[in-house]
Amino acid sequence: MRLGRLQTIGVVFGLVGVFLVAYVAPNVTSESKGFTFDTPPDPPTFSFTPGVVIAVIGVLYVLTAVASFFESRSRRTAQLALLGSGLLFLPLIIVVALALSESSGTNVVQLVVESLRLGTPVALGAMAGLWCERSGVVNIGIEGMMLGSAGVGFMIYSLLGDASSVPWLWASIGVAVVTGGLIAALHALMSVTFRVDQIISGVVVNLLALGVTGFLRSEVVVPSGITSGTPTSDIAIPLLSSIPVIGPQLFDARPIFFLMFVVVTASWWVLWHTRFGLRVRSVGENPHAAETLGIDVIRTRYVAVIIGGLIAGLGGAWFSMESQGGFQDNMTNGAGFIALAALIFGKWRPWTAFGGAMLFGFTRALGSRLQILGVEVGDFEIPSEFWQSLPFVVTIVVVAGLIGRAVPPASIGQPFERSR
Amino acid sequence: MTGGRERWAAELRHSIQIQSILVPLLAIVCAFAVGAVAIVAIGDNPIEAYWALLRGMFGSGDRIAASLGRSTPFIGASLAVAFAFRAGLFNIGAEGQLLVGATAAAWVGTWASVRDLPGIVAIVLLLAAGATAGFAYGAVPGLLKAKTGAHEVIVTIMLNAIALLYVRWLVNSQDPILLRDTASSVPRTAPIEDAARLPTFVDSQPPLHLGFLVMVALATLVWFILQRTSFGFEVRTVGTNPEAARYAGMDVGRTIFLAMAISGLLAGVAGAGEISGTSGFLSPGVFINIGFDSIAIALLARANPFAIVPASILWGAMLSGAGLMQQEVGLSIDVVRIVQALVLLFVAADVIVRTIFRIRKAADDPLATSTLASGWGGP
Repeated sequence: MRLGRLQTIGVVFGLVGVFLVAYVAPNVTSESKGFTFDTPPDPPTFSFTPGVVIAVIGVLYVLTAVASFFESRSRRTAQLALLGSGLLFLPLIIVVALALSESSGTNVVQLVVESLRLGTPVALGAMAGLWCERSGVVNIGIEGMMLGSAGVGFMIYSLLGDASSVPWLWASIGVAVVTGGLIAALHALMSVTFRVDQIISGVVVNLLALGVTGFLRSEVVVPSGITSGTPTSDIAIPLLSSIPVIGPQLFDARPIFFLMFVVVTASWWVLWHTRFGLRVRSVGENPHAAETLGIDVIRTRYVAVIIGGLIAGLGGAWFSMESQGGFQDNMTNGAGFIALAALIFGKWRPWTAFGGAMLFGFTRALGSRLQILGVEVGDFEIPSEFWQSLPFVVTIVVVAGLIGRAVPPASIGQPFERSR
Repeated sequence: MTGGRERWAAELRHSIQIQSILVPLLAIVCAFAVGAVAIVAIGDNPIEAYWALLRGMFGSGDRIAASLGRSTPFIGASLAVAFAFRAGLFNIGAEGQLLVGATAAAWVGTWASVRDLPGIVAIVLLLAAGATAGFAYGAVPGLLKAKTGAHEVIVTIMLNAIALLYVRWLVNSQDPILLRDTASSVPRTAPIEDAARLPTFVDSQPPLHLGFLVMVALATLVWFILQRTSFGFEVRTVGTNPEAARYAGMDVGRTIFLAMAISGLLAGVAGAGEISGTSGFLSPGVFINIGFDSIAIALLARANPFAIVPASILWGAMLSGAGLMQQEVGLSIDVVRIVQALVLLFVAADVIVRTIFRIRKAADDPLATSTLASGWGGP
């Protein structure tokens, strides 16, 4: 018998479920553990016995496996069961880890907020890529756009003004955003006007950003002696921040973090609900048809690529002026590539790409949380590298297991030549 | 039979035409010219700087050897990227595959049984270990792409990070001790047995070793596979038009899987060669950026295996020569990075170069018209 796609995933879940019920649940500590929802001293807590929770999830996994074999009868149920099981995997990891550690509980709201925070630059990078690629231009230069704007923005902040004044900080964030736009304009010039292969153009952007920021840092910033500045500080959003429990944790945070939500929402709204957005997408799907309808393909691509660059610039500012006040060589450290992965993960759609970015943020936050908890299996303390690799492993599993083939905008990568 | 040989010769001629050499050379000139602007902007003398760079690259026998030594891993790794490109796949994972190959080699090289093997056997064993590890690590994205449609760009990016973390763990871990050399104060693996070291020609910094010739041979082999075997034909067909390949009865999934795995193998050999030829041990982090630079080199060479050798030499020599420039003129080696980016830019945007120097486009340059980015969506 050949197993279909859903059945294969179902069987995997089933086996994991049996393992959980038969082996893990009976053998973990019987001490009570808890999810807390606020900071100490007296947080609301949800207490549970790890063994019971693990057994319940195990049973659900077995049921999922069973459901997957009734795909022909109810496809929807099978799919929902698989999706649910996938999502349950994340609390499962926390529960198992808590059971294996000395700690009695962990703050889950903080974990979610931390995920959103860590996912911020990835989400911004993914939106940058979304704009660019929806217009039919491959963008593997997100990394370079973010790195370049992080570097230039911070240099302006620290060298040309008072690196602790708030208005000047905002002016510098503005400079970072504009820098992102300028780098994107270079990408557009190469790939749209000169019709350079778009992947090459993106690689050029990455290399140039690495070289130029490194050059400026060692020739200008380091000699000046000013290598740090005050980053953005927390802003409490009125009303929302006074919601009990989640308010102070979620709505009292830094500005680029909030702007990220605005950017994602705006990207979705503009690209899917305005005439301009429809034009951008049509240029990415079928530029020749779009041209026949009177749309200026070249101009539209320029605009879309540059908008993407401005967003990437904001992402760059997050690195050097929000996450910390300073710039190091290659400080984006691959976030632009992760953003690209999130974009493909989200099948070139804003909310799913946002979801991809947040999955990444969550697994990273979870990884560092579990590292702090100090999880031991027998005498073997799980090494920190294992937890650090969690986001990457989970992404591969999700992409291979649940997402499958992603279809990009149809005309992506092809240079456009105006018809005469 | 003679017909076949003539065609072969014609193809070879085709791979090395005047135009395809002249335009890149002029592109390099343009890149240095623009780079000079950056140097002038911060008040240094570009002629002095470039003179120092040039002497750093090729100024003496030792420096030439160092340049070639530096370029050795780039050849293997960029062949890996190029091979995948030919199959329409974008392998961002050369970095990870290289590291995995190097780790396997560093591990096998410390086996006590390697000590008594004749050199040739030990070296082949080491390179085979690197090749196997690279093959396996490249097979993962290939298999996932072929079976589930998972995009190889995502998977290889993730596998890079995973390789980096786990290799760091293997080498750093004190409890339990895995690959760490307990005699060393810094985290690194134990030195491999002398029998497994590739012979060194010139003891420069880095040394020029037999691995360089191995890599050149590998480039020839890749060219042969791509142009002269039916598997190579399948790879190229899947790369240019997967639908047509499927229609012609080719097993597209299998080709994708094999192309990606072989790509990993090439990177793995490059990693093993570095362990065997250059350092003799592995310290995590030494291969940082080789994989990403290799993407640039493969693009610079337009995925042509023969062009990869000179492109890698240029790349490695510039990195190797930058030290002298920094020493004499006090310029940061990032200048070289900028020039490298510009070289790639001008080679790719040959419209600019052709306009400046008034060179007409060769009508039948097949590589000039192929678009690498068309593989973005995948078959």
